[in-house]
Amino acid sequence: MISFLIYKAILVGVIFAITLFVAAYSTYAERKVAAFLQDRIGPDRAGPFGILQPLADGLKFIMKEEIIPNVSNRLLFILGPSIAMLTALMAGVVIPWGGSLTIGGESYSLQIVDLNIGILYVFAVVSIGVYGIMIGGWASNNKFSLLGAIRASAQMISYEIGMGLSIIALIMMTGTLSLREITELQAGGAGNYWNMWNVVYQPVGFVIFLVCAFAECNRTPFDLPECETELVGGYHTEYSSMKLGFYLFAEYINMFVSSAVISTLYFGGYNFPFMNNLGLDQNLITIIGTGVLFFKIGFFIFFFMWIRWTIPRFRYDQLMNLGWKILIPLAVINIFITGLFGIF
Amino acid sequence: MLTNRSKLVVKKEMTFWEKIYLPAILSGIAITIRHLFRKGATVRYPEKKREISEVWRGQHVLKRDEKGAERCTACGLCAVACPAEAITMVAAERKKGEENLYREEKYAATYEINMLRCIFCGLCEEACPKEAIFLTDRIVSTDYGRGEFVYGKDKLVEPVDQRIDVSKRQTPEVLQFKKLKQFSHNK
Repeated sequence: MISFLIYKAILVGVIFAITLFVAAYSTYAERKVAAFLQDRIGPDRAGPFGILQPLADGLKFIMKEEIIPNVSNRLLFILGPSIAMLTALMAGVVIPWGGSLTIGGESYSLQIVDLNIGILYVFAVVSIGVYGIMIGGWASNNKFSLLGAIRASAQMISYEIGMGLSIIALIMMTGTLSLREITELQAGGAGNYWNMWNVVYQPVGFVIFLVCAFAECNRTPFDLPECETELVGGYHTEYSSMKLGFYLFAEYINMFVSSAVISTLYFGGYNFPFMNNLGLDQNLITIIGTGVLFFKIGFFIFFFMWIRWTIPRFRYDQLMNLGWKILIPLAVINIFITGLFGIF
Repeated sequence: MLTNRSKLVVKKEMTFWEKIYLPAILSGIAITIRHLFRKGATVRYPEKKREISEVWRGQHVLKRDEKGAERCTACGLCAVACPAEAITMVAAERKKGEENLYREEKYAATYEINMLRCIFCGLCEEACPKEAIFLTDRIVSTDYGRGEFVYGKDKLVEPVDQRIDVSKRQTPEVLQFKKLKQFSHNK
């Protein structure tokens, strides 16, 4: 029992550290990708190739003067970024980061908790994330912040519906809500027996989920809550120092987690083609699988950035049209078609 | 219609393929990914300097003569010629015993060029009858305040032991040109 707790504590710590590390270097990657896509060089002064830039940015955030406006609601003002950060970190708990390692006869699963309602848990936690933005924007007592917060809440709640419906088709197919079981069902791929990733069976569901994930993370083309051209800084206009850092950081953590969820649900998670045909040791397969999962996550984080520097921002009515009039009906049709395939 | 590039705008209903936007988005991300592999035009300046012309017009120098005395006599022709009004000076009379410092009886006690005003046209150099001021291939460095860009004699006059070579700008043709005052604006 004690060893179990110690093991879980270590795993939580490691995943926490990895999440923060990936989020920190996502900020660096964002600037580098932006630069390369625009034929520039990007940050290259802090360390070789600017590799220490996230450290410099973090230090700057901590050293900056912290301003809490007099007219703001002090408690809620502090609570906002805390909730945003907390919920962003919580979603990583149910994601299976790899298979299981066998050390000394004991099996260690590379997942913190295998909840049997794993995907519902992710949705629950992500929808709490709206409160962080809403409370922060409301407590700032600033018109622009409030507008950003209203936009954020309306947008995230609208797109959660489309996201949930797109998942239902997938769940009908797999018959389970546990993320580990969904991953295991995609095991193998090409090899002994033909078993494809879910994206092959659910292409429409995948596109809907991807678009909704962009909206949930407030990423371009859905970055209306913080569009600097209209709303100064959106919901975090009044924030400074590390509180602003928390908001920005939470966005990158959300991006990391949603990339992990997309990889797990539609791209086979830690599975890779020919995994059972090469005659590798089970532990080695697990380690390679974790690497493969992180490669997939890295690709999707890059994809988030790639889209950001390609597509301009939606107008607000276009955003709502897309969410309610296109994605939701499309998701419902997808559910029907999946149901028909299930019957016949 | 003058440039032949105007396009007739037709506001027609979008087809189904245009309406779902995905093909357009895919072609968009294909364009952006091509830029990822393109070589940028950036020159990393302090480490790598772009090649410049031999007669580059950069930071000015106030020359000394062979004996090390300042050539400038504070005649003010450069300041008059300057289209950006960047040059100011205060003239003073040479005292006894200063013959090794200043070549003629009058000299510039202060001589200032505001590098933020200067447009590096080289008209001061052309106007100078004493071959005292030249533009060099040095680049005016950056600074934090505006005050630091007003260069005084401490920065402009060349040190006696570190002469600055202006032979590229002081060719026989240039000297010939300067003799023919009818070509010059200060005739």
